[in-house]
Amino acid sequence: MKNTISVLVENHPGVLYRVAGLIARRGYNIASIAASSTEEENITRISIVVDVTDERELEQIQDQLAKLVEVIRVVNMTQIDHISREMALVKVNAGEEHRADITNLVSIFRAKIIDVHPDTMVIEATGDVGKVNAFCEMMSKFGIVEIIRTGEIFISRSHKRLIDN
Amino acid sequence: MLLKGGDAVVEVLKREGVDTIFGYPGGVALPLYDALYESGIRHILTRHEQGAAHAADGYARASGKVGVCLSTSGPGATNLITGIATANMDSVPMVVITCQVTTQLLGKDSFQEADVYGITTPISKHNFMVKDPKFLPDILSKAFYIARSGRPGPVVVDIPKDLFFANIEIDDIPHLPFKGYNPIKEGKSADIDIVIKALAEAKRPLLFIGGGVVISDMSQTLAGLLKKTNLPVIASLLGLSAVDHQYDNYLGMVGMHGTYAANMAISNCDLLLAMGVRFDDRVTGDIDKFAPNTKIAHFDIDPSEIGKIIGVDYSVLGDLSWSLPQVTDKAIVMDISEWLQQLTNWKTEHPLKYNKKDATLLPQEVIEGVSDILADDAIVVTDVGQHQMWAAQYCRTRTPRGFLSSGGLGTMGYGLPAAIGAQIACPDQEVWLFVGDGGIMMNCQELATASEHNLPIKIFVINNHGLGMVRQWQRMFFQGHYSASKHYAGTDFAAIAWAMGVQSLTVKKKCGLKHALEDAKNSQGPILIDVWVEDDENVLPMVAPGAPLTDMME
Ligand SMILES: Cc1ncc(C[n+]2csc(CCOP(=O)(O)OP(=O)(O)O)c2C)c(N)n1
Repeated sequence: MKNTISVLVENHPGVLYRVAGLIARRGYNIASIAASSTEEENITRISIVVDVTDERELEQIQDQLAKLVEVIRVVNMTQIDHISREMALVKVNAGEEHRADITNLVSIFRAKIIDVHPDTMVIEATGDVGKVNAFCEMMSKFGIVEIIRTGEIFISRSHKRLIDN
Repeated sequence: MLLKGGDAVVEVLKREGVDTIFGYPGGVALPLYDALYESGIRHILTRHEQGAAHAADGYARASGKVGVCLSTSGPGATNLITGIATANMDSVPMVVITCQVTTQLLGKDSFQEADVYGITTPISKHNFMVKDPKFLPDILSKAFYIARSGRPGPVVVDIPKDLFFANIEIDDIPHLPFKGYNPIKEGKSADIDIVIKALAEAKRPLLFIGGGVVISDMSQTLAGLLKKTNLPVIASLLGLSAVDHQYDNYLGMVGMHGTYAANMAISNCDLLLAMGVRFDDRVTGDIDKFAPNTKIAHFDIDPSEIGKIIGVDYSVLGDLSWSLPQVTDKAIVMDISEWLQQLTNWKTEHPLKYNKKDATLLPQEVIEGVSDILADDAIVVTDVGQHQMWAAQYCRTRTPRGFLSSGGLGTMGYGLPAAIGAQIACPDQEVWLFVGDGGIMMNCQELATASEHNLPIKIFVINNHGLGMVRQWQRMFFQGHYSASKHYAGTDFAAIAWAMGVQSLTVKKKCGLKHALEDAKNSQGPILIDVWVEDDENVLPMVAPGAPLTDMME
């Protein structure tokens, strides 16, 4: 089962190496991981999607992450009301004959064409992971040249900050 | 106060109460060594950096204080790695200072550059690379705080050479934030009450004592709990020194080479109070068949240990120095005489035993011989292998922190340098070392260190002319194919010792043992006794790796 975990860490040098190393060393299955700066200068936020077999494994991952000295907070987002987003940049074959179809799908998915080349297009698709998956799936019939995805990021709907919880 | 970087390091060490460090100098470490010169901090020059790391570990385990070791960059630092990993596995508080090439040379494959930060990340509790001199004092004192607080462990501080020349303010200093590091001391008393209730209802309760009880210095409190309740108790290798071995309902060590009674007890109890243990596979055997009908209550300071190996029914988070006194207060006296009778029967029907031979000495005899003459506060140190297990089985240590052994990593070569560290930490206590003829060679250069400081360590090389534990497995599981496990060279350990200034003798016959034991007991300086024992003796009982604890070869 997939679970989403938010990790707040001190923005010290090497902290990403530490988190990634822990995940690799302990053999956890990661679907995606995304890290970035936050509203606080010294804090980095890491969004992780893990694939676990049971509740105990999920707790282990959280406990092991929390044990890292530079980890400030580990929150299982699956348990709280939250919004998630991912962005994909999709470069798809777009010869004359398919352009209209593609453009149509782009508008259905509220995606955006951001670059056009005589044979290809680059499309930006943003949404929850299900929508992005579905869009990539639709594009695949035209022939995908390359895809890059940011990995999921999530934020709670509550008026409070994760750090203050 | 404004100080040069090197002096700032020394000043912080002093403020942290450091009186002794173990180390080895080199190019980029020279400025720091210059600051140490006539600083009042005692520096023990080992003969290999690995020796320095294990010595700091032995110092820490024997005293409970933070052990400190120091090396130069590159090869000096990489030589510390085994010692750091050993300390990390056994939760030993250490601060490891490695010197690094200058900041401008970093990342350029410079002479004697190694990525110490990268290498030590997975094998330390925490590590730092100091880049900004103004943070040096804070980082160094944080290293001590992190090493000794919560679940202790080794912390590495990598310091580029140029920082030793920087001018650093050490009083009014900026701090690196560690908002997430708040080790718990006190947990929830309600959790303890739940366990106490379960205990009152239990018919076959059992206490399982691990290294955590030693680390939190709770042996006395434990003794009080045992006295009050008569609860039966077993120990892990690292928990051995926390339990009074004379206690009536002490059943010995549990696990692969545990006693019959201990393994049967853990497999048949209905409530297991596991304190400061981490359910290592050498303890549990086949995890699916481990303690099958037992409710487990796990007491630990580290939340990530709860449920890591086995799901538990109750957990009490917190320092044992907080929880164990409460358990002692709240536990009620219960009638478990039937259970105790069962355990006593197992104990008397299946004692540890070996069959003495007429001519050849058995390793167990040597260890029992030492056990009989140990001072009450003696510290016993082991290396790794068969002799380690026999020491665990047959050597009755009588003092908390009186049994030092590399448990989690099982590091051959640990024993001699760890004994040096222990003897330096506890100059007035006897230190006895058991080591194999394999393991002694892994750090035998430290005999010179022991001799230089005239440390009266009593070293027993249990010489079975090969890698005993390897040979045992080969006999049992590989049709007796002694692949790479026999020593043919006939190394003269007494001569090695003598060459390094350590008094020595060789005991080849049974009749020589008594005399050798007396010599060891009375020696004022280091002494090495090479005892030739039966080559093919097995450590028994034994549970094959991966088998359930009830499948014991006796
Ligand atoms: C550094 C290291 N290398 C290899 C091993 C694997 N190992 C475990 S026990 C053992 C044999 C030890 O032989 P010896 O030191 O003679 O002790 P004995 O078993 O004979 O008592 C070996 C090779 C180890 N534990 N540590």
